[in-house]
Amino acid sequence: MIKQVKGMTGNEAVAWAAKLVNPDVIAAYPITPQTIIVERYSEFVNNGEVDTSFIPVESEHSAMSSCVGASLTGARVFTASASAGLALMYEILYVASGLRCPIVLAVANRAFSAPINIHGECTDQLVCRDASWVSLFGESAQEAYDETIMSFKIAEHPDVLLPTMFGIEGFIVTHALERVEILSKSEVDSFLPERDVDLKFCPDETNTFGSLVLQDYYMEIKRQQEEAMTNAYRVTKEVMEEFTELTGRTMEILEKYKLDDADYAIVSYGATAGNAKAVVDRLRAKGEKVGALKIRLFRPFPSLDIYKALKGIKAVTILDRSVTFGSPGTIVQNDLASALYGRENIPTLHGYINGLGGRVLTLPEIEEVYEMSKHYNEINMSSTTDWVGYRK
Amino acid sequence: MLELPRISVKDLQEWSKLSDVLTSGHRLCAGCGAGTMARQVTIAAKALEDPLMIVNATGCLEVASTIYPYTAWNVPWMHNAFENAAATAAGAIEAMNAMNRKKDESARKVNMLVFGGDGGTYDIGIQSLSGAVERGHRFLYVCYNNGAYMNTGIQRSGGTPMAAATTTSPAGKVIPGKIKWAKPLAEIMAAHEIPTYTASPAYPRDLMAKVQSGLKHDGPTFLLVDSPCSLGQRFPPSISIETTELAVKSCFFPLYATSKDEWLLTGESARIAKNPVRKVPVEDYLKLQGRFRHLFKPEWKKKLVEIQDTIDDRWERLLRKAEY
Repeated sequence: MIKQVKGMTGNEAVAWAAKLVNPDVIAAYPITPQTIIVERYSEFVNNGEVDTSFIPVESEHSAMSSCVGASLTGARVFTASASAGLALMYEILYVASGLRCPIVLAVANRAFSAPINIHGECTDQLVCRDASWVSLFGESAQEAYDETIMSFKIAEHPDVLLPTMFGIEGFIVTHALERVEILSKSEVDSFLPERDVDLKFCPDETNTFGSLVLQDYYMEIKRQQEEAMTNAYRVTKEVMEEFTELTGRTMEILEKYKLDDADYAIVSYGATAGNAKAVVDRLRAKGEKVGALKIRLFRPFPSLDIYKALKGIKAVTILDRSVTFGSPGTIVQNDLASALYGRENIPTLHGYINGLGGRVLTLPEIEEVYEMSKHYNEINMSSTTDWVGYRK
Repeated sequence: MLELPRISVKDLQEWSKLSDVLTSGHRLCAGCGAGTMARQVTIAAKALEDPLMIVNATGCLEVASTIYPYTAWNVPWMHNAFENAAATAAGAIEAMNAMNRKKDESARKVNMLVFGGDGGTYDIGIQSLSGAVERGHRFLYVCYNNGAYMNTGIQRSGGTPMAAATTTSPAGKVIPGKIKWAKPLAEIMAAHEIPTYTASPAYPRDLMAKVQSGLKHDGPTFLLVDSPCSLGQRFPPSISIETTELAVKSCFFPLYATSKDEWLLTGESARIAKNPVRKVPVEDYLKLQGRFRHLFKPEWKKKLVEIQDTIDDRWERLLRKAEY
């Protein structure tokens, strides 16, 4: 296979991948650091290079609302947002999943206000964990490109029919120019056939969508969403396998790096995973038996896969570029703890809140954090949470 | 030029044979203006050639008509949330346009109706509506204004009239109900330079003519309907239509159609303009409703005068705009 390669930023990668998908509707509102996605796409629309109806709405709330209206007609629908914009969509995120709209949302992960800050942080996406959206993170422009295309296939699968969001960190990935292996229109068309829709809002069918559902049926409908989420685990794996075959690039829900013989592990997601792997190499050179685990699929949380990957490890360092206040651990640490609790041969868990508002956690700092985790493990502390990389 | 179709009694007879869009069995209150209004609107829409589709904001009409697993709607119908009916309709319209484009089918026309109450339109949904209208999606937005958040228990809204008692603007010892007048919503929508109409279910042919005019327009249009609510405005269900009729006859709620600088009084309001003796005192309208009962106590007499003066002033200004 001859690989076509192009230099692209993360945002451009999303826009170019979306162009190959050619969604029926994109409804979006600008917010830094997502803007380039919709700017590029607007050029495709206004130059007649795609068939998409681009709806330049007056807010993110209306963006997600228009996406729901569009998706229920049977259309393929895409949008992009970040931070405050995602928070403004939050109400309708639940409508989108409750009405089983397979909308795809690219998140240019950015810190929340206040204080206002435009830089990378993943809290915005992580706090959407309960909204019944499939949730993925990408490390690079390449993964941004790949996850754009895969997300439609996961979301629209008849066993799933749940909206899907994928995140790339603001500026760190969205604005960094990287090497991206691209696909052809025909490759994407064969990978992603047209949506097959059973029930739709259309002139020829008298369907009612968005009923009032009270105590007598509400819980059954919510339970169906949970079953769809369970299916999304299997479907995401299948879609990633198919994508691996298509591209020759291994794409999995978890990425394991030098974990096989490791005594210690660094768990991360998104752009941090690149630094984690670099630190693993530095530590390995010093004789440390350490590996890295990158979580690509955050919801549904792949508990058993994570257990299998971390079984037998002594201590895990969790680098979490997000913040939760008054919590027993970092957001991802809490999920890891739930996933591992009660199983055999589990590691001690050491969560580190870092990198907020675009703060850089350097490789030497990660090494320090790693040593802290080892120390905690040696003094038999099974779970610790610290803030790192800030002025004390 | 604004053109309203003339609807004859014969038309009504014909249309009465059309199958119901909003069927019986819904759970709106006895005497609810929203049900009457929605039936008039949908009959007028159904009488047109193109298929009818409805997006409904959260509110009385929505909750009372679609209690799962039942639906009272015999047309494609969608509810998303409270504040986003216009954005939702915009998404559906543009999606259908895109899919038609892909199939090389010339855009199939549909008549898209959007229903929202005063809470969902004057207040929480006005941004979504204004944005959708600015972008020019083709729909008729019908705001049925019953003057408060009736669905949640009669809280004041931006559509609640001056001095009306609601559960959040009660008739107190020092403040007699709502302090300010309602937002001039029809004028706000007309300022978007779209055809804008007002109507009352007491005048069905006038209302239906406006629905058809709005749906035939190639772009967004807006219809504000005075919708009586026996529970929230506090009158016996048997006098709903009489109440909204008096809103028109007192010029509390004038009937008109407007587009850009053209203002056209219609129906009873046009008749009052030509023959001012037809105009009845606003007290006739207010005294039927429990929400204004406190105004008839001696201590609030001056409030009644203020309301009449404001209604007169607004009517005079409307007459000037309509060039009477």
